[in-house]
Amino acid sequence: MLEIEKLSKKYPTGDLALTDVSLSVPAGQLVGLIGPSGAGKSTLIRCVNRLVEPSSGSIRLNGEDLTRFGKRRLREARRRIGMIFQEHALMERLTVMENVLSGRLGYVGFWKSFFRRFPGQSVAEAFKILDRVGLGAFPNKRADALSGGQRQRVGIARALLQNPDLLLVDEPTASLDPKTSRQIMRLICELCAERGLSAIVNIHDVPLAQAYLPRIVGLKAGRIVYDGPAQGLTPEVLTRIYGEEDWAKTERSEDEEGAGEQETLKVEKVLEAS
Amino acid sequence: MKPPVWKRRTSAQSLLAWFSWLLLVAVAVYCWKAMNENTIWEFVKDSPRQIAEIGGRMFPPKWDYFPTLLKPLWDTINIATLGTALGVLLAIPVSYLAARNVTPSLWVLRPIAMFLIVASRSINSVIWALLLVSILGPGLLAGILAIALRSVGFVAKLIYESIEEVDPRQMEAIAATGAGNGQILTYAVVPQILPSFAGISVFRWDINIRESAVLGLVGAGGIGLQLEASMNNLAWSQVSLILLAIFSLVGLSEWVSAKIRHAII
Repeated sequence: MLEIEKLSKKYPTGDLALTDVSLSVPAGQLVGLIGPSGAGKSTLIRCVNRLVEPSSGSIRLNGEDLTRFGKRRLREARRRIGMIFQEHALMERLTVMENVLSGRLGYVGFWKSFFRRFPGQSVAEAFKILDRVGLGAFPNKRADALSGGQRQRVGIARALLQNPDLLLVDEPTASLDPKTSRQIMRLICELCAERGLSAIVNIHDVPLAQAYLPRIVGLKAGRIVYDGPAQGLTPEVLTRIYGEEDWAKTERSEDEEGAGEQETLKVEKVLEAS
Repeated sequence: MKPPVWKRRTSAQSLLAWFSWLLLVAVAVYCWKAMNENTIWEFVKDSPRQIAEIGGRMFPPKWDYFPTLLKPLWDTINIATLGTALGVLLAIPVSYLAARNVTPSLWVLRPIAMFLIVASRSINSVIWALLLVSILGPGLLAGILAIALRSVGFVAKLIYESIEEVDPRQMEAIAATGAGNGQILTYAVVPQILPSFAGISVFRWDINIRESAVLGLVGAGGIGLQLEASMNNLAWSQVSLILLAIFSLVGLSEWVSAKIRHAII
């Protein structure tokens, strides 16, 4: 259970990235975070694990306020929060296995990790997760030898090996083609369901968000302007989030990029409802 | 209708550019005059004859002098290699302290590291050698330390620059797993800079072969000692052989370093 309350972030440059954002994510729920570029989506999820220090407000994970933690306790808290990055952020020159095992760094001492001596249990778990994301065949391949979709799967495996309570997902499909995007989104949703994980997913592709994420939060200029079911994203709501645009047309044309039939249906339903 | 006119610069800009060039030429002419105030042109006129004479005495090189050069050549390679190794070793902590994105203390340790880098870089290895020869006495040790002290700054500067260019998202990704600072360094930073680290070290070794060849001139060991002795004795046929030997050594080091860098990158 994640509870964000009155979270604000002001950058040293004076930019107000977030203003009084309050959001609560019950265990097992997937939330899609949409909004125009610069709306503060990335800042919001980075505040949760304090890769960005929030200026004020509180973030409680399972009842404990992360914003009050010192360095050591923050590290312990980060072990329970998995993060999946835009363009994967893998260590390009390390192997798939090293990348996945890096998810356990919070539990392993410096020298053990330096000599890559991870506990057998972690290694066994890593193999299991690699199999699950479909990369069991090449643990020793270097990350920069993989395709975009495969790299993102390694990124997912790394986050899962942390055995987290919460996943923070930052634009997981930004650099992927439409088909791979859908596969990755489906994989993330399935894994969250299997493990009862809650997740916040930053995503700029509205039809993709509607197709996979039951709850959508719309962010505009650092404030939440919509929080509700994916079906509620009417053209009026989209205008509130992104500004004036012919939404009906945009959604159809984006959808032609190779959506599965099911997803097409969902989007059309939304259009009918509006 | 007149076709539209497009010019890269406005007339004022063109005029400014023209005057800048004029100023540059004027400064160059003035500098040439100032530099050559003390030149005695009689000697310069004489130079072709001098070249012919010294060149004549240099040729043919005294080939049977070569076996005596083997030991000093080996010393020169050793000075360069050990000096580089020591310099690189010292440069690692300095570059860690100097890189803005990983330094543990931006306002205390980083300025100290920057000062060490500037100090090391601003003093030529021959001057380091002069100092060290008067402290440690003549010999290889002074040469090795001179090369090391000169290399620290160069290597540390290039390494810290490549640390600062590291992809920050990889550091974020490792930090997000709950890893400590040391782990962020070894997992996210080291793999990214390893190729340039190796390239920089080999490049510096290549430079140091050349530098250590002249360190003997001030008594710090190596082939430079022989060079100085031969020049003092006006033994030009030995000088030419030594120059040939240095030339081959440098050529060899360049070939080796190119091979190694190619293998890494």
